[in-house]
Amino acid sequence: MTPAIDVAGLTVHYGQVRALDDVSLRVRPGRVTGLIGMNGSGKSTLFKTIMGMTRPDRGTVLIEDSAPARARKNGLVGYVPQTEDVDRTFPVSVRDVATMGRYGRMGFTRRVRGEDRTAVSKALERVELSDYADRQIGQLSGGQAKRAFLARGIAQGARILLLDEPFAGVDKRSEATIVRLLRELAEEGRTVLVSTHDLHALPRLADEAILLQRRVVFHGTVAEALRPETLALAFGLDMLEAVA
Amino acid sequence: MNPVDFVLEPLHYEFMVRALATTVIAAVVCALLSCWLVLIGWSLMGDAVSHAVLPGVVLAYVVGAPFALGALVFGGLAVGLIGAIRDTSRVKEDAAIGIVFTTLFALGLVLISVTPSQTDLNHIVFGNILGVSTSDVAQIAILAAVALVVLVLKRRDLMLYAFDPTHAQAIGLNPRRLGALLLGLLALTAVVALQVVGVILVVAMLIIPGATAYLLTDRFGRMLVIAPVTSTVCAVVGLYLSYWLDASSGGLIVVVQGVLFGLVFFLSPRHGVVARRLTRRRRRRSYTLAR
Repeated sequence: MTPAIDVAGLTVHYGQVRALDDVSLRVRPGRVTGLIGMNGSGKSTLFKTIMGMTRPDRGTVLIEDSAPARARKNGLVGYVPQTEDVDRTFPVSVRDVATMGRYGRMGFTRRVRGEDRTAVSKALERVELSDYADRQIGQLSGGQAKRAFLARGIAQGARILLLDEPFAGVDKRSEATIVRLLRELAEEGRTVLVSTHDLHALPRLADEAILLQRRVVFHGTVAEALRPETLALAFGLDMLEAVA
Repeated sequence: MNPVDFVLEPLHYEFMVRALATTVIAAVVCALLSCWLVLIGWSLMGDAVSHAVLPGVVLAYVVGAPFALGALVFGGLAVGLIGAIRDTSRVKEDAAIGIVFTTLFALGLVLISVTPSQTDLNHIVFGNILGVSTSDVAQIAILAAVALVVLVLKRRDLMLYAFDPTHAQAIGLNPRRLGALLLGLLALTAVVALQVVGVILVVAMLIIPGATAYLLTDRFGRMLVIAPVTSTVCAVVGLYLSYWLDASSGGLIVVVQGVLFGLVFFLSPRHGVVARRLTRRRRRRSYTLAR
């Protein structure tokens, strides 16, 4: 089976610091994959490289067998940003945010057509934000804001969704909604890659897990990934003792 | 004096008609651009580029090229130098901006001092709205029209760039190119505005209208209407005041804009200081009652 994301021999430096060291991984299509690691383990760098925002020193990324730039042009890749990366005072409504998912399909001036409106309404319905469509995004809870950005990816029709720390600053109820939605999206055949350092949602959320510590230290089932001796590879022993 | 005379008398003078036309054009295009600058946090960048174009404009005057060309070259040079200093040394961005724009502005002042026909060029620094010629008005109108058309047609891409450049990248747009487009438009607009208020005050017209509109609405589309409308009203009022008070026109235009911002800052229905205080008090009271 063709992997949805195929990363081979990726090495990235920031100045003298090696952020990723010979990372190779294949993300399977139609599944939810958890990308687990501490802060500074290279999760964000890996996302940025897959998105083409950081140029690797060595190695390649393929998205559904095509070059990343081409995959992005074709609207294959949807991105849900970290909450703190979003300016919540920006004067846009929930509907505006979801509509941005359609920009790649629109013409030169990005005029909104009927099919775009339909796709946006449907996406908002799916994330249960239809009643909030006209709210400015600053008037949402953390979990609702996350869902607004997820609606953007759905409206886009992205086949691959990248989510950066989707559970940071999210209440339990929204977390459950997001987990359910991501499961549904995977069952429809979309590929979901979730970067997180939050382990407790993992068993319900993900089909498989990748542990990252500048290199891939583990790639397999969630149950195996959560075994203490495996986690120690990514988090070190001190941290595990603190959790236990 | 009756209000009709207040409005009509200045229009008997052709220089005032030209001044009014130029002011309105500059107010509209600056205000539109300011919506993006305020949201991205590029106020300092706006200040930098509008100052840095000075040597370009002077050199363009010397060789007889269009002002806009010189401004674009030096605007781009300023942005490039700022980026280079920030990325290749330990100096932080705000210091890089401070170094580059003051140096280029100073170079402009030196060039003015050694170029014959000084009177003309000092007007670039302080603005000389009452002295614009018909050909100046034509040049300003063309530049403004170009900036206006690009801003309106590309408003959604530029909004996306301001809001979430990562998503722009994800759907195959080029955030760097959008940023460069916005900076190019900034250099063009600076040329338009510096004829009205001068290099030193251009940044006011590039920030205040957007900030005022931002306090009045939660929709970007409405900002793009409110900013030009308030900016135009302020600019026209400022120009009339300068006629009747016989005071600096560029100065008064900016002062009126600042006064309106002050009013909105206190009185805006949702984001004003007064409204926020009232909401907080009401909340506290209902909380006390509930107990």
